[in-house]
Amino acid sequence: MARLARLDLTDDELAALKDELSDLLDHVDRIRRLETHDVPPTAHPLPLTNVFRPDEVAESLERDEVLAAAPASENGRFLVPPVLGEAP
Amino acid sequence: MSASSLLDRGVAAIASAIRTGEARAADLVEEALARVDAGERELHCFQTVTADEARRAAEAVDAAVGRGEDPGPLAGVPIALKDNMCTRGTVTTCSSKILENWIPPYDGTVVARLRSAGALIVGKTNLDEFAMGSSTENSAFGPTRNPWDTSRVPGGSSGGSSAAVAAGYVPVSFGSDTGGSIRQPASLCGVVGIKPTYGRVSRYGLIAFASSLDQIGSFGVTVADATTAFEAIAGHDPHDSTSINLPAPSLAATLGEGVDGLRVGLIEDFLDQVAPACAAASSAAAEALESSGAKCESVSIPEMLLGLPAYYIIAPAEASSNLARYDGVRYGLRVDGPDAEAMNGRTRAAGFGPEVRRRIMIGTYALSAGYYDAYYGQAQKARTLTIRAFDSAYERFDVLLAPTTPSPAFKFGEKTKNPIDMYLSDLCTIPSNLSGHPAVSVPFALDENGLPVGVQVLAPALGESVMLRVAAVLEAAAPGDCRGPVLGPRSSTHA
Repeated sequence: MARLARLDLTDDELAALKDELSDLLDHVDRIRRLETHDVPPTAHPLPLTNVFRPDEVAESLERDEVLAAAPASENGRFLVPPVLGEAP
Repeated sequence: MSASSLLDRGVAAIASAIRTGEARAADLVEEALARVDAGERELHCFQTVTADEARRAAEAVDAAVGRGEDPGPLAGVPIALKDNMCTRGTVTTCSSKILENWIPPYDGTVVARLRSAGALIVGKTNLDEFAMGSSTENSAFGPTRNPWDTSRVPGGSSGGSSAAVAAGYVPVSFGSDTGGSIRQPASLCGVVGIKPTYGRVSRYGLIAFASSLDQIGSFGVTVADATTAFEAIAGHDPHDSTSINLPAPSLAATLGEGVDGLRVGLIEDFLDQVAPACAAASSAAAEALESSGAKCESVSIPEMLLGLPAYYIIAPAEASSNLARYDGVRYGLRVDGPDAEAMNGRTRAAGFGPEVRRRIMIGTYALSAGYYDAYYGQAQKARTLTIRAFDSAYERFDVLLAPTTPSPAFKFGEKTKNPIDMYLSDLCTIPSNLSGHPAVSVPFALDENGLPVGVQVLAPALGESVMLRVAAVLEAAAPGDCRGPVLGPRSSTHA
């Protein structure tokens, strides 16, 4: 689970989390057992519809300002370590 | 620091004095900054104090008045913003190490609206990391102390914003409410806190926690101040597709219309779940409304108690997805690693504190294949049941009344050992987030230790007008000593 969540935790941290999560799952068990045969799910409080706008060029954020906040950038792009074992 | 200072006379008086040139924003901002300077050694309401920018904004307001222009409805009003709202050029941390040095390249819509309304941003306030918590003890940079009793928490997650108003630094401030994060700290600090209808206020530039629940709102010393502050930020925004496409409500004008003939339901299901002082305050509030002409009745809505367990599945699920963006690539912290996945994992473990990790793990679990239907799916259905229960209650009542919190301000460390103890702080506030309905907390009593206790007025979607009229009546009926500001923090309270 920690790997799915991309959290590189120590064994001690994982052990503590395991206990806390078990307690919490016990606490919310009432939800799991709820009788909900004819009840539709609600994902959002508003009846959402797609919002469209004309496809027009408008001002956006300054690229240099955005890249300035990044840990690493090069040639106008974000720089990251190798993905999928490619050569650096 | 005299109580007759313009700073303590409310937003309307301040804006009027500044607009007419009777007072100067430059002087007012110095007074607010002096109070911040004196109080912050003890309280730590602010993550960042933006003194120079506030002074420049004040000069601009005074210059506009000098040119005969109107600087706006919040002309010269010093304000504070929760540090999860993006401010261009000013570090925005979310009280997290992962964003410790992040400077947003844009202003959130709320921030832009406040600037153009003439408000002076004095600083960015402390919060529980990523707004996850009820005490500010989850801030990566240390907690805020409650001005009523500095051995106690101010509530959270918007505890810095509520304490900044309670300490008299600023007459109004802004926070966000995902499960009670405006109303709970308002109650614990003796100030008014408004959580508007979901979609009334743009979330563009609010750092996301749980997007279907998050809503920005206001704090004020008085209902009128919090209302004026809310009006300044409300309204449709094309940058937020979930913002409601309706004109911003005009609320201040109807605040004084009273409650004659209104049908009020006191939700009884919370009363045996909260401290006696909190239950007593809501019952007394019902009596006060009754004597002002409302018709009050107790009502049982058992589905209200489904809110807490449903929320502690839904909110972490949304958070685990929203916080995936902190991957060490585009902004914030990076801890290097041999490949991208190692870099992601190390960055996130180093950058996120214990509560944020906990929620990410719960959410990842609740959304994972094999558990999705049992947890997230069921919680979404519990959300439907909560909404249906509200809908049927609002066929009989115009507004509902409830305690805001299970207890007044608690001591540091009291609820940090077991996460579930802390989660229970949101018991009475969560249902309104699940339904997207508006709710407000108003200071209404003092407990046996002299700590403020709030009561909560809940209304149907877009029902802010009637909700705030009720709040105004409660405010008038409440003893004056149960609300801030507390000028000069108190180190202990007396029975």
